Amino acid sequence: MTTALRAPRRASTPTVGARRRVIVLVIGVGAVLASVLLSLAFGSRPVSAAEVVEGITTWVRGETPTDIGALAVQSRVPRTVLALLAGAALALSGALMQAITRNPLADPGILGVNTGAALAVVVGIAFLGITSMWSYLGLALAGAFVTALFVYFVGSVGPGGTTPIKLALAGAATTAALSSLVSAILLPRQSVMDEFRFWQVGNVGRAAWETMAVVAPVLIVGAVVAILCASALNALALGDDLAVGLGVRVGRIRIIAAITGVALCAAVTAVAGPIGFVGLMVPHVVRLLCGADQRWLLPLSALGGAVLLVLADTVGRVIGSPGEVEAGIITAFLGAPVLIVIARRTRMRAL
Amino acid sequence: MNAHHVIRTQALVAGYGGATIVDGIDLDIPAGRISVIVGANACGKSTLLKTISRLLPARSGAVLLDGKRIEDIPTKELARTLGLLPQQPISPEGIVVAELVGRGRHPHQKLFRSWTTDDDRAVTEALAATGILDLADRAVDELSGGQRQRVWIAMALAQETDILLLDEPTTFLDVSHQVEVLDLLADLNAARGTTIVMVLHDINMAARYADHLFALRGGRLIASGAPGDIVTADLVREVFDLDSLVITDPVSQTPLVLPRGRHHVAGAG
Amino acid sequence: MPAPTLISDAQLTGVRDARLRRERRRRIALSVLALVAIVLMGAMLMLGNTIYSPAEVIGVILGQDVPGASFTVGTLRIPRALSALLAGIAFGVAGSTFQTMLRNPLASPDVIGITSGASAAAILSLIVLGWGGGATVTLSLVAGIATAVVIYVAARGGESTGGRLILIGIGVGAMLDAVVAYLLVRADVYDVAVAARWMAGSLNGTRMEQIPPLVIAVVVLVPLVVALGRDLRALELGDASATSLGVRVDRTRVLLVIAAVALACFATATTGPIAFVAFLAGPIAARIVGPGSSVIIPAALTGACLVLAADLLGQFAFDTKFPVGVITGILGAPYLIYLLIRTSRRGGSS
Repeated sequence: MTTALRAPRRASTPTVGARRRVIVLVIGVGAVLASVLLSLAFGSRPVSAAEVVEGITTWVRGETPTDIGALAVQSRVPRTVLALLAGAALALSGALMQAITRNPLADPGILGVNTGAALAVVVGIAFLGITSMWSYLGLALAGAFVTALFVYFVGSVGPGGTTPIKLALAGAATTAALSSLVSAILLPRQSVMDEFRFWQVGNVGRAAWETMAVVAPVLIVGAVVAILCASALNALALGDDLAVGLGVRVGRIRIIAAITGVALCAAVTAVAGPIGFVGLMVPHVVRLLCGADQRWLLPLSALGGAVLLVLADTVGRVIGSPGEVEAGIITAFLGAPVLIVIARRTRMRAL
Repeated sequence: MNAHHVIRTQALVAGYGGATIVDGIDLDIPAGRISVIVGANACGKSTLLKTISRLLPARSGAVLLDGKRIEDIPTKELARTLGLLPQQPISPEGIVVAELVGRGRHPHQKLFRSWTTDDDRAVTEALAATGILDLADRAVDELSGGQRQRVWIAMALAQETDILLLDEPTTFLDVSHQVEVLDLLADLNAARGTTIVMVLHDINMAARYADHLFALRGGRLIASGAPGDIVTADLVREVFDLDSLVITDPVSQTPLVLPRGRHHVAGAG
Repeated sequence: MPAPTLISDAQLTGVRDARLRRERRRRIALSVLALVAIVLMGAMLMLGNTIYSPAEVIGVILGQDVPGASFTVGTLRIPRALSALLAGIAFGVAGSTFQTMLRNPLASPDVIGITSGASAAAILSLIVLGWGGGATVTLSLVAGIATAVVIYVAARGGESTGGRLILIGIGVGAMLDAVVAYLLVRADVYDVAVAARWMAGSLNGTRMEQIPPLVIAVVVLVPLVVALGRDLRALELGDASATSLGVRVDRTRVLLVIAAVALACFATATTGPIAFVAFLAGPIAARIVGPGSSVIIPAALTGACLVLAADLLGQFAFDTKFPVGVITGILGAPYLIYLLIRTSRRGGSS
């Protein structure tokens, strides 16, 4: 074999590329902090800057403030933290899925995890009499996981592997099928249906420290996996054959990354309900800004996802005041146009 | 009656989006003969063919069929005179050869009239002419590349057009099938007098089978004539950016282009 | 005129007989489908809490006053059966038209977000605006067509519009589903049950007044699609071949899209989105009548049979009554996954 392996050509000289990435990183961290402040400061109740400060300081000290504004700020802390964690997890999940499927349109939500989780939960409530929150989470996680794997499998059959269309159609079909099952179970059970509809909308408002205890460890594991796999994923982008030539254990990397990606998405779905498009939009934007080097793409996506979800939640609280428009709705509205733009830009061969 | 329809282009300009790909081409296509359009990649060969067959609208200039602009000719009438075999035709899953060939009768069929004996006759003739009568009941998916190409040619034949355009009919075929298809087209031209215009990427096959060659470069026609007259090393250099030696093919007595690369060049030519 | 190749009579007869055999197979399959549809319709009219005999049913249809049956069959069952039949036809034709046009058996109005628009509008109308039947249908129709236009325009330009159309449609569908979820969260508890049932595609409580729009749609649009059937089959061969065969590709496509979308939206507005019928009618019909022939009328009949059979199952097969959409969803899914895998194996996609 005389195939010459060429290193991937960089779009710009190394110095410029690296500098730009550092800038984006700095901006990213700054954006996280800024969005956290915005999230604490804005919502259905306007608060002043002083109340924000007081709310934060009392929270740090573990006290309950007397000022109503500061109290409001404090109440926003859990959801902000959850939004950060969930956003990062979703974006990371999307980036991983896009890396292993080599297609820019992989979004974990497409894998039907939402409906899978829903079905598991509904089955649990209706037939197994589950009531404890940990059981809910466990079921949701299991359901999401199994569904995602199933959809991934169906979408990968045949030549060409997991093309965006096959994956999307497999997800849509599975979602439709599972939601029929969910309907079948719910329709005779009015009370369950009533509660279920709230879960159907992705929402970080149900944040509680217990629930975050589910997402945080998964996110940490995900981050570790990402760091370890990043260069292997870079090689994977060149195609399976070339990656093997470069010494990458293609099958193993794929499985590890896939399981991590799905777990990240499933954990978030179990805790917050279905929040779509974050995993689709963020890695794509980051890729546009910083290129496709996974060692930067993965962490920057996590940052970007955190910022996006925090802002989406904040915007939702502001425009939905005195209630809220759930974060999942906001991301869906943002996501569809972004998907359109991405689909238009991507050449058909890539699709 | 063996009166031929005549098609030609006049100062034709065409392209996609913002780009102009065909830049003012006058093509006088000899009726009843085999013409081949050659040129390097992206010189406009396919675009030219698409514009002639009305797939692509012309930006300026005209395509004239018997002196009339093709835009002025009703679509169905045009389809009875001009047939196109595109580059990568799609066949519906599971369709049987005879049915696919039958689709070629579309321009001859009216809204409420179903199949007539004329249609059956045209299909049978097309199948016989392309030598695939015995494949008539097989599924197109199961056939080899060469066979499938014959089916498409049969469909174009069933259309019973006087002029047949083919866009790279041999590009994805191996050598034996290439020869098979080109020989078939030569048979058809001889038997039916169909005017054949095709785009070929292989200059040697083109030189062998063409009565008339059109050489394009950069969207312009730079040479036109019988292969024996125009295929020279100078032309090859101008069209393909290739150094070559042109000799007479001992098999067909037509020009044969032998490329001169950087390696394996013995002595002077 | 080109000089013909010489062929023998035997050859000509051979080709012609093969064609006649294929056509006969199709006619038989079509007749069987029609028969099944009629039987199912009859079952829907006769079965129920009270079972009526065929004579009584026919009596009601003829306008006689049959004690008991006149109300049950006349007011309840006939509208239900009719809407099942018409919705099945509409979804079947819409789905198969899209699938043929986009050359992809997996592209269907209910997948690519078009019916999501109609659904979202209907939910909005029913729950938020509190509008009645006629207004809901109208709003639903307008929204569905608007959604289709948006998706089509967003996907246009360049090659492979089909693939992009599917992806964009799925995205838009997801967005509209979010809208529906949002509306459901804001809704009154009572309305939620109604809405959920509607969202699943239900024939429950269909009244005679709801039928006319759907009848008109079917009667006007289905013949239109059938008339364009030959052009549609030419489109199957790709735009280039179709143009070569004398089809006005753009014009034909626009007409077909409008007809298909309108049919899907009228049906959705009347019965709610019945899962998978548009998706499956075409492929199932193709397997019944064989490849290569026009699939529009077979798909219409298949769609009708699917909806009728599913509703019968939903009403009588289980302890609880399930809306027809749930049954089609559950039964349709495995077949759909199989279809997905089979198409992928073939290397097909758009």
